[in-house]
Amino acid sequence: MVQASRVLTFRNISKSYAGESGQVQVLRGVDFDLSSGETLALTGESGSGKSTFLHIAGGLDAADSGLVEVTGCDLSTLSDVQRAHVRRENVAVVFQQFNLIPSLTVGDNIAFQARLAGRVDDALLIDLAERLNLVNQLRKYPEDLSGGQQQRVAIARAIAARPKLLLADEPTGNLDEATAQRVLDALLALVTDTGAALLLVTHSPAIAARMDRHVHLSRGLLK
Amino acid sequence: MNRACLKALFSHWRRNPLQLFAFLAGLALATALWSGVQAINSEARASYAAAAATLAEGQFDQIIPPSGGTISQDDFVALRRAGWLVSPVSEGEVSGVRIIGFDPLSSPVNFGIDKPEPEEQNLLEEGVLYANPETMRGVEDSFDVPLRANSNIVVGMTVGDISVVQQVLGRTDLTRLIVLPEQPLRRPKLHDVTPHLDLQEASQTADIGELTDSFHLNLKAFGLLSFAVGLFIVYSTIGLAFEQRRGIVRTLRALGVPLPRLISLMIVEVFLLALVGASLGLALGYFVAAALLPDVAMTLRGLYGAQVSGVLKFRASWWVSGMGIAVLGSLAAATVQLRQIAAMPILASVRPRAWQMHAGRALRVKASAALILMIGAVALGLFGSGLIAGFALLACFLIGAALALPVLIHPFLVFAQNHARTAVACWFWADTRQQIPKLSLALMALLLAISANVGVVTMVSSFRLTFVAFLDQRLAPELYVKVLEATQAVAIETQLPELGATVLPLLSHDTEVAGQPTRLFGVRVGPTYRENWVFLEGLPDAWDRVRDGTAAVANEQLARRAGLWVGDSVMLTQDHRITIAAVVADYGNPLGQLVVDEALFHTLHPQIEARQFGVRTDDPAALRRILISDLGLADSAITNQSALKDISLQVFDRTFTVTSALNVLTLAVAGFAMLMSLLTLTDLRVPQLAPVWALGMTRRRIGQLELMRTVVFAALVCLFALPVGLGLAWVLLTIVNVEAFGWRLPMFLFPLDYLRLFVLAILAAIAAAFWPAVRLMCLPPAQLLKVFANER
Repeated sequence: MVQASRVLTFRNISKSYAGESGQVQVLRGVDFDLSSGETLALTGESGSGKSTFLHIAGGLDAADSGLVEVTGCDLSTLSDVQRAHVRRENVAVVFQQFNLIPSLTVGDNIAFQARLAGRVDDALLIDLAERLNLVNQLRKYPEDLSGGQQQRVAIARAIAARPKLLLADEPTGNLDEATAQRVLDALLALVTDTGAALLLVTHSPAIAARMDRHVHLSRGLLK
Repeated sequence: MNRACLKALFSHWRRNPLQLFAFLAGLALATALWSGVQAINSEARASYAAAAATLAEGQFDQIIPPSGGTISQDDFVALRRAGWLVSPVSEGEVSGVRIIGFDPLSSPVNFGIDKPEPEEQNLLEEGVLYANPETMRGVEDSFDVPLRANSNIVVGMTVGDISVVQQVLGRTDLTRLIVLPEQPLRRPKLHDVTPHLDLQEASQTADIGELTDSFHLNLKAFGLLSFAVGLFIVYSTIGLAFEQRRGIVRTLRALGVPLPRLISLMIVEVFLLALVGASLGLALGYFVAAALLPDVAMTLRGLYGAQVSGVLKFRASWWVSGMGIAVLGSLAAATVQLRQIAAMPILASVRPRAWQMHAGRALRVKASAALILMIGAVALGLFGSGLIAGFALLACFLIGAALALPVLIHPFLVFAQNHARTAVACWFWADTRQQIPKLSLALMALLLAISANVGVVTMVSSFRLTFVAFLDQRLAPELYVKVLEATQAVAIETQLPELGATVLPLLSHDTEVAGQPTRLFGVRVGPTYRENWVFLEGLPDAWDRVRDGTAAVANEQLARRAGLWVGDSVMLTQDHRITIAAVVADYGNPLGQLVVDEALFHTLHPQIEARQFGVRTDDPAALRRILISDLGLADSAITNQSALKDISLQVFDRTFTVTSALNVLTLAVAGFAMLMSLLTLTDLRVPQLAPVWALGMTRRRIGQLELMRTVVFAALVCLFALPVGLGLAWVLLTIVNVEAFGWRLPMFLFPLDYLRLFVLAILAAIAAAFWPAVRLMCLPPAQLLKVFANER
């Protein structure tokens, strides 16, 4: 049994960006915690700031004010290089646009972040390929795959890195019902196996229902 | 982490082999032309250094005879008896090979022959001559004595004991005396012993390296131009590759690769690729240099009398220079892209930016840079001086014109679009305009290459026209005769006029006029000079003044270097001032010259007697026979005017063989740049062409229009290349030539040559566009459909 510890902390986080009709406030003093082994669904309308929330959590974007801690590190005090280190070692992101490396094979893409972090687990790679039905695609390139297959490769890459915090931006958006369930099973199995925390952005109430917790982002506030 | 990142970066090239090929081939071509030229220059300089070292030039003072004369054995004996420690040298030429005889016992230099071991052994074997194996090829039969191979001896020379050389040359006189460094304290002055001989200090010896500097600088400039054109390919490829990898960069950073590490790895990547490209280029450059070197050697021999080995050796200097410039050039080409990546936010859009979003801004930047460079060119033209300023002007002008090209093409295409009548035509012109940012580098490379061709064709052809006319003026006498004995000279002067020929003695003496090394000529002023010599500028009674001994004719080189012109006066000796009555063109001659009447020449240099003569006659063949049979002259002592003209024109044509070869290679590189740009852009074109295909245009038609687009671009480039090329020719003829050689050439236009060049350039562009167009025509519909399938 993995000892639960706080993996992600948001304290009074605010974020705005310049829109066409002036400054748009997407997060207004958000407070939030996520512990290891915990799964959480983040829902919200399109444009409500879910992706921005996720990017701040992953250290890809910076908050205007407030405190963001990932595995105890205050991201606001870290340099770019240190934030990159935190991402590499502790965080994995499943992007909405997959962000696969087109010139690497599927197999190399799946192993990529694990290689960056220096913890490649060949058995896990094979297991993931089987669970996500990618065994026959390992030697292919991303451009040869359908959108759904690319989505699964992105998820496999995130899981293979064994992160402490897994951030997934609509990871099943391009998948059929059955495959979506298999992908979700794999994500949840990772949480169970490694004690990672999972923050998942979704529009699907069914998927949200399978998470430990569910928060809704509306007008910059969590409900 | 480094390994995983480098694997991800290099995987791009594996998946895009055409881009990799474009990068390596572009860099290899650029490096090849640059290092080839460097290799030629290094070889030439090494030959000069070796020649100077073996001939003792610049190391010892020498005693020399008056121009055209020799030193007798009696003079040598008189000097030795008077206490002068000198070593005799006898020189001549056999079958185009310089032959040098020296006294191994007294000479302070061995002329390239190694000291034998043991020391007691004689330096030279009795009765033989020594030569480089390269020199020996094909000339062994020309010598009556055996030749021994010795690779230390400078190419183009044969060396041996003075007695053997005198025997081969059939003479007993000497050509110079080397003054040994250790001399007795009390010895008489040279002129007291031998008043007709001169002492030439070591520092006064002509440095062939300095004489040929301009020639090598010209070659280097061409090499640099070729390199710049090749670098356009590299820049274009790197730009495209980096644009396409913006997504990878974003992903790598999102997955935790720090930006500084990523930039460093990308620099390593470019560095490694540059090493591979440069190595290929150096190998290619070696072959280019080896192919061009014989022509260059011939040119240098013809123009400057410089002996250069025709065989290329591998020298570290050009290898390092080629490798260095290739790596630095590649890294410089990558700098802009690396800076963009460094400034790119981690969550930036992965859409290629530079080609599309910043096209307008890039166009404005190019226009501003072009304007600044053109102002710089004008400023250098007005206020600059020297050869470097001339080349800087050329660089500003050419780069400025290249940068202005996309800006100038733009309005043409807007005009065409606005006047298009059909939907397809409207789309064609709009799409053509959209391609400018993507193709601008290739188009600039093409502009540079075509302009360089126009410029060089204009310069060389203008030069040739002028040179042929010049030869007709200056080589008026039907025969040229060179004698060794004073009695032969007297016989020519007295007997030939009786046979109806006119004798024109050619007296000369190397001296200094207005601070410039000058060859002073004494001529017999008469109808030949009055009717044939065309002055650049002269007084109406110029020849009368020369005849009176009050004036002289200066060649253009002396006039420009000394800042003299018609009407100025100059001191010939301490008590003899003379007016410049005319300035005459003297193409192909590196030295300053001053022509005075023979009477004045004899007054100034009474010890010098004529040994060379021009002879005017109606029957050159008959006179030649008489000179040989009655006066006992050797056949080789008489040269026909027509033969001399032929040799001069041959030298001229060989001189520009190298230039023409580099010119063609530059055009080939530009064509290759076009091909690579079009090929690498084919994949990017698919999403742009798919909607047109979906709307009903056939793939065949799309391919044809792609080909047509290239023709339009090539024609527009030719249109702009003409004024740029003519501007280049004007700068070369009026600024660079004057600075480099001391003469200014008139400029002529050659419309047919330009037309031929433009047709060639458009054909090259069509050839470059053909393969990419065929690829588009054969594109499977599934690939076009994929464009829509991938849309989200």
